[in-house]
Amino acid sequence: MDLSYTAEEDEFRARLREWLGKVLPTLPAKPSPDDWPGRRAYDCGWQRMLYDAGYGHVHWDASPTTRLIFLEETEKAGAPYVGANFVGLLHAGPTIAAEGTPEQRERWLPPVLRGDEVWCQGFSEPDAGSDLASLRTRALRDGDDYVVSGSKIWTSHAEVADWCELLVRTDPAAPKHRGISWLAMPMSAAGITVRPLRTLAGSAEFAEVFLDEVRVPVGNRVGDENDGWRVTMVTLSFERGTAFVGEVVACRRVLGELAVEARRNGRWDDPGIRRQLGRLNAEFRALWRLTQWNVSEAEASGGVPGVGGSVFKLRYSHARQELYDAAADVLGPDSLDLERPWVLDRLSSLSYTIAAGTSQIQQNIVAERILGLPKGR
Amino acid sequence: MRFQLTGEQKALRAAVRGVVGRWSGAGRWGLVAQFPAPLIDRGFWGALGELGVFSLRLPEVDGGAGLGLPEAVLVFEELGWALVPGPLVATHLAAGVVPGAATGETVVAAADGSLVEWLDEADVVLPGAEGAVALRSVDPLTPLHRVPAAARTDPVAVLLTAAEQLGTAARVCALAVQHARTREQFGQAIGGFQAVKHLCARSLVRVEVARAAVYAAAVTGDAVDIAAARLLADEAALRGARDCLQVHGGMGFTWESEVHLHLKRAWVRARRGGGDTESEEVLAADLLAQAG
Ligand SMILES: Cc1cc2nc3c(=O)[nH]c(=O)nc-3n(C[C@H](O)[C@H](O)[C@H](O)COP(=O)(O)OP(=O)(O)OC[C@H]3O[C@@H](n4cnc5c(N)ncnc54)[C@H](O)[C@@H]3O)c2cc1C
Repeated sequence: MDLSYTAEEDEFRARLREWLGKVLPTLPAKPSPDDWPGRRAYDCGWQRMLYDAGYGHVHWDASPTTRLIFLEETEKAGAPYVGANFVGLLHAGPTIAAEGTPEQRERWLPPVLRGDEVWCQGFSEPDAGSDLASLRTRALRDGDDYVVSGSKIWTSHAEVADWCELLVRTDPAAPKHRGISWLAMPMSAAGITVRPLRTLAGSAEFAEVFLDEVRVPVGNRVGDENDGWRVTMVTLSFERGTAFVGEVVACRRVLGELAVEARRNGRWDDPGIRRQLGRLNAEFRALWRLTQWNVSEAEASGGVPGVGGSVFKLRYSHARQELYDAAADVLGPDSLDLERPWVLDRLSSLSYTIAAGTSQIQQNIVAERILGLPKGR
Repeated sequence: MRFQLTGEQKALRAAVRGVVGRWSGAGRWGLVAQFPAPLIDRGFWGALGELGVFSLRLPEVDGGAGLGLPEAVLVFEELGWALVPGPLVATHLAAGVVPGAATGETVVAAADGSLVEWLDEADVVLPGAEGAVALRSVDPLTPLHRVPAAARTDPVAVLLTAAEQLGTAARVCALAVQHARTREQFGQAIGGFQAVKHLCARSLVRVEVARAAVYAAAVTGDAVDIAAARLLADEAALRGARDCLQVHGGMGFTWESEVHLHLKRAWVRARRGGGDTESEEVLAADLLAQAG
């Protein structure tokens, strides 16, 4: 067991740190959380800067440890979050890299890396959330196109996306897991209507997407026809396996800020609050160690992350909510003021035990696929 | 960074598991029958000494194996898994200080916080046990005395205790899963019921998080990492043992089932080293220290 880094990794870290120190002060002010076009421009601009400096590819090509260092350093320096590029960089992109043809990789990957194109994820439907495989959006083959009709829901930043990783049913007669295909749908196609939905945090972060005879070329299918469920498992393993690494670093920073605020406003003298913050320190330190453990394991085995991501996601999603609940205890009555720091974060943390597979579903995965308990009916 | 077990570390773990597994599998639970005055099996204690459990971290010139905290943590995790009784941590820490401790010829107990485990059975008690009063110990396999003065705890003792708790946490998780797979009700294995399945899944999550924390603390040896490891390992052991008992139903509440022994031992260990309050305060102070 070893927690030290190689000379090469240390050098990567030092170069990155130096570069971040130079460029971060030159960034424009962050747009408001409600201004999605503004956020898209901002996030893509940052991705472009990373690309030009040679860091654009880091989520995909770099070794897991190098990626860990990248996420740790960017987050520590307060660099922008992947934001609107989340789906493209962290799961659609890696899925295409793993499952796409050479032409598909050439078509879709460079624009994601350069920050030219933004992706969204069209998996969930009004009647197919946890039971994703029961999705009903239909795709009928017509010559070289699929004609797609149905609707998707909770599609994050659909309003500003260029592409959608879309799950459709290509064989309604097959058992539900077998008749699904994974398509790349251009959001500019005729027949798509996006209706923004307001989240409980007040912003229009996700949307309903209606599809009315949308034509998607057959060449946009990633993986074989009706083999989309397998491709989806690849996407979900990226979504659960590696997407939260940078956030753990961010939570540790917030915790330190909370302690300072508590000392400033006198709440630190309350042993209950102090001990709760101490406990959260243990929690996030441990989650960081678990990240390092998982990264080392991935480094040893290579390839797509395994179901271990569910273990991490389960614990992390709850810890994040406890962190912002503790923030409310530190803030006292100010925790009810949306203008105060951490209050919006507390609201958005409520989604972590739901999005990307609820805690109940993650527990089923851990119990059935890791512990080998019988499958539920 | 290769934060994974090395081949040697895996081999060490397997060797310890083999020896303590043979012991705990050989009907030694009969010790429980000696309640209320359990004895230390001196032959087995010597075998642990031969295995290097106590001398592991002594330099080779002093007859030790010259290994480090990571190896010690793996060994103590196995001892916790097998519910090995006795003042294991105290004797390990006395190796090289008290003659015979390293080889397992001498049993060394220590005052930790305001308690001493195994006072009457020990050959040596550190730093001493004036005014010790016997308790009727909740753990039938750990006799306890109360001492008036609270002793300061070595962070290594806290870490090795956390490793034992981790072993218990992993064991009770495995016991729960095993029972959930085999016990049938309503015509199916109870592990097919989500309420049971989720108890088991949460138990595993706690084990995995605690393991990462304990192993990392062993690598860094850092006092704050150790405090974090103890909190997570205590939680994993205590919560895991309760959930394991729940999964076992009425069988879990019987003396014959080993589940209660794991829970009671975990309770004893959770009182060592000032308990969780001290660790929480260490971690809280660290937040301000980091912030400057
Ligand atoms: C902020 C946010 C962003 C999102 N972004 C996207 C996106 O970009 N693209 C996308 O496709 N989707 C997205 N989602 C959707 C998300 O994946 C689903 O909300 C999630 O999978 C749960 O599905 P559901 O909402 O239909 O809830 P349901 O499946 O209806 O679940 C309701 C409750 O029932 C429980 N439940 C359901 N089935 C079981 C079971 N078998 N056992 C035990 N309990 C069960 C659930 O745990 C939950 O508590 C997003 C969601 C949120 C909150």
